[in-house]
Amino acid sequence: MSDDRIARFETRQAELKKMSDEELKNRFWKLCNQMVEPIVGLAKTHTSPSIERSVLLRMGIDSVSTHAVVTRVLEAGLLGKGAGNVVLRLSRKTGKDIRGAAQAIIDDKTVLHGLF
Amino acid sequence: MATKELDPAKKLDIEDIMKDLASYHPPRKGWTWREVPAEGVRMGPFLYRNMSKPLKRSIGLPASKYFDHIDPQPSCVVTTEIASGRFEDDIRRMRMAAWHGADHLMVIRTTGQSHIDGLMEGTPEGTGGVPITRKQIRASRKACDMIEEEVGRPINFHSYVSGVAGPEVAVLFAEEGINGAHQDPQYNVLYRNVNMYRSFVDAAEAKRVMSGARIFQIDGAHNANATAKAGWLVMPELMVQHGINCAFSVAAGMDKSLIGLSTVPPDAPPAPKLWYDLPYAIALREFFSDFKMRAQQNTRYIEADIEEAVRTHTIDTLISMLTSADIQSTITPDEGRNVPWHYNNIRGVQTVKQTWAALDGIKDLVSLNMAGPLGEMVRDLKERAVAFLEELLEVGGYFAAVEKGFFVDSAKYPERNGDGIARDGKGGVGVDTIVARDPDYYAPVCDHFGDNNVPAGLSRPCDPIGGCTLCEPGKIVYIDELDPEDNADKRLERTLPYRSGDLLRPEAEWAGDGTVLLQFMVPDSEDFAREAGLEMARKMGLKDPEVVNLQVMHPAEGCFVEVKGKVAFDIKKSELKIPPKEVMLDEEEIRSAVKTLGMKVVAATVGEDEHSVGLREILDIKHGGIEKYGVKYSYLGTSVPVGKLVDAAIEIGAHAILISTIISHSDVHRQNMRKLAELCKEKGVRDKIVLVAGGTQVNRDMAAETGLDATFGRGTKGIHVVDAIVKTLKSRGVV
Repeated sequence: MSDDRIARFETRQAELKKMSDEELKNRFWKLCNQMVEPIVGLAKTHTSPSIERSVLLRMGIDSVSTHAVVTRVLEAGLLGKGAGNVVLRLSRKTGKDIRGAAQAIIDDKTVLHGLF
Repeated sequence: MATKELDPAKKLDIEDIMKDLASYHPPRKGWTWREVPAEGVRMGPFLYRNMSKPLKRSIGLPASKYFDHIDPQPSCVVTTEIASGRFEDDIRRMRMAAWHGADHLMVIRTTGQSHIDGLMEGTPEGTGGVPITRKQIRASRKACDMIEEEVGRPINFHSYVSGVAGPEVAVLFAEEGINGAHQDPQYNVLYRNVNMYRSFVDAAEAKRVMSGARIFQIDGAHNANATAKAGWLVMPELMVQHGINCAFSVAAGMDKSLIGLSTVPPDAPPAPKLWYDLPYAIALREFFSDFKMRAQQNTRYIEADIEEAVRTHTIDTLISMLTSADIQSTITPDEGRNVPWHYNNIRGVQTVKQTWAALDGIKDLVSLNMAGPLGEMVRDLKERAVAFLEELLEVGGYFAAVEKGFFVDSAKYPERNGDGIARDGKGGVGVDTIVARDPDYYAPVCDHFGDNNVPAGLSRPCDPIGGCTLCEPGKIVYIDELDPEDNADKRLERTLPYRSGDLLRPEAEWAGDGTVLLQFMVPDSEDFAREAGLEMARKMGLKDPEVVNLQVMHPAEGCFVEVKGKVAFDIKKSELKIPPKEVMLDEEEIRSAVKTLGMKVVAATVGEDEHSVGLREILDIKHGGIEKYGVKYSYLGTSVPVGKLVDAAIEIGAHAILISTIISHSDVHRQNMRKLAELCKEKGVRDKIVLVAGGTQVNRDMAAETGLDATFGRGTKGIHVVDAIVKTLKSRGVV
């Protein structure tokens, strides 16, 4: 631990001491919000296998199948489209229902070719 | 869906609960607080100022029998954690806990579940927790739905949305009516080594799903107390961890009223606990006034000793009451020595209930002295927390700070011990698994977080698929079992004789486990006491004995030892002789017989015995004694010869003689009782006078062997004595 850090802390603390309780509290929350802002941005613009499986679950697909479908979609480089989007698009293209479309992806990965 | 009504005289029918789970959906979703009447709660002779509506059915503290059996329920939700590894046994414990006042039942997950990339299904046995699956949740929630009807208060069922399957677990919880959950991406990063980017990206989705189902969220900051060597020094950092999770949760769409801080008084005696824990509790409540407080009890410094745990947890609860708690969590006091046992969950709940009742309305009586060192310490903590945040931002923000090991350092900020937990953004479970959303990314479901190209003009994002499972529960796919051997049905077959058959065994966690605990003192040093304790347990027939606690009373004189082990025998219920319960006469019938006869009795403590309190309580109207029912008594005092008592009875024409005999040395109590019967025979009055004896070493069975009409032990009231006298007189045809 450097003396430099402690010195900076002392400077900070001297500034903070000038604040009222209310000002200190506001500063705490302002900094917390500032801290999470880029993380929230990351979350808004990214997805993950678990998020996509959770979307498929909500579409009425069983947990075992969501695994297989997301693996296929990921391998096909389509996770960025959304696995639910992929299943829905295939369902529309083939006339199968949602579960049927999910099963089709598990049975044959080539059904994903040319979907987007 | 209507739930079946439970019969308090019958055990839960687990087999019945396991039926029709495929079509079971919870009747209610979301978190529920207790109903707290603003005007207070009147119970028995008291007005409580900080209590919730009483339960329909419950079991009060042991002393409640002296207070009309009242069972005041704290204003806060009370938590107990139940997870033995077999949920089918846990649900019986949940029922017991609910009867003692727990309404937040937390289920810990089996070891390693947070690293499973996806949902588990079926009902495999867990280790240190329960595999959280749809079937397990559904069966447990169904049981809770019945139990909450039985006790008359909603039960919040709780588990964990952490690890690398957070979003899926959150959806499962939302679908199945889980009411509360831990969710804190920092916990994954610091304690589960989940990749930091993955953890936060997943967390935003999980939080959005949770908020849609009104699931109450508890964060994970308290783990720093349990992990850091000096838990009481990490407080500025804890405030920062709470702040990050709160700010992130709000940004993900959570309502502040559904966000709880998991906060632990970080210290334990012999430390001067209040000087650390109280300023921290106040600082936290000042900064986080918009959020809820889930007050946890200390686990960091609690090991094998149950009583030590209970005492520390009492002080923890005091701190909650001096500040505030929306949820008061309880720690099973045996947590430090084994996976908690049934009755220790109850003990934990009782600690809170007892403390809360004793200190009801404490803030109306005492106030905190903020003008002194307390105010200074509160302010100092807050300043350090803000300074910590400033430095985090200066080094590049949250992820950069985690890489530098800013968190869980055991020194008080800004001091650093260099023992913080550092994580690499390019490492951890689930590294490199997040994917950027394309401009045409689309998820056709509700409660989805982040960029989503939902077609314009829809009333719900899930309209294109005709509704998602959150809107149409009928679409949920129920998977029963994946493993034909490791499942609840197989376990239930094995334990059936102990649950609904004729067999009984002691039980700590699982039906038929046979686990018992021995407590004794071995009059020797620690080394000998430990080995002797084990050998003594073996000689008593215990299998797999293990010393779970040893306290030195004196280095040479002896040790208190607790040994757990298992018994291998069964008791057959059908072979037990249960003594018939005494059916009391109607009180009016008793009063009328007493009046008709003009009942008179003589009473005294006999022999060389100066005890008088017990007998006075049986006699005096003030204590609800026989006088209350119209009986006239003549009290001759203590150390009265039996002969004198018999003579007095004859002289006044008493209907009964009551003797009290406390001293039992050399069986003198039995001798006195026999002597009374013999003297009455000699004097020819045995059939005229009812002979009654009582005392601490006397019991009901002694009447026959000593030749008396009725004998009574501890806990006897005047009404029992008059009842016996009237019954005897009735059998003789006198009334």
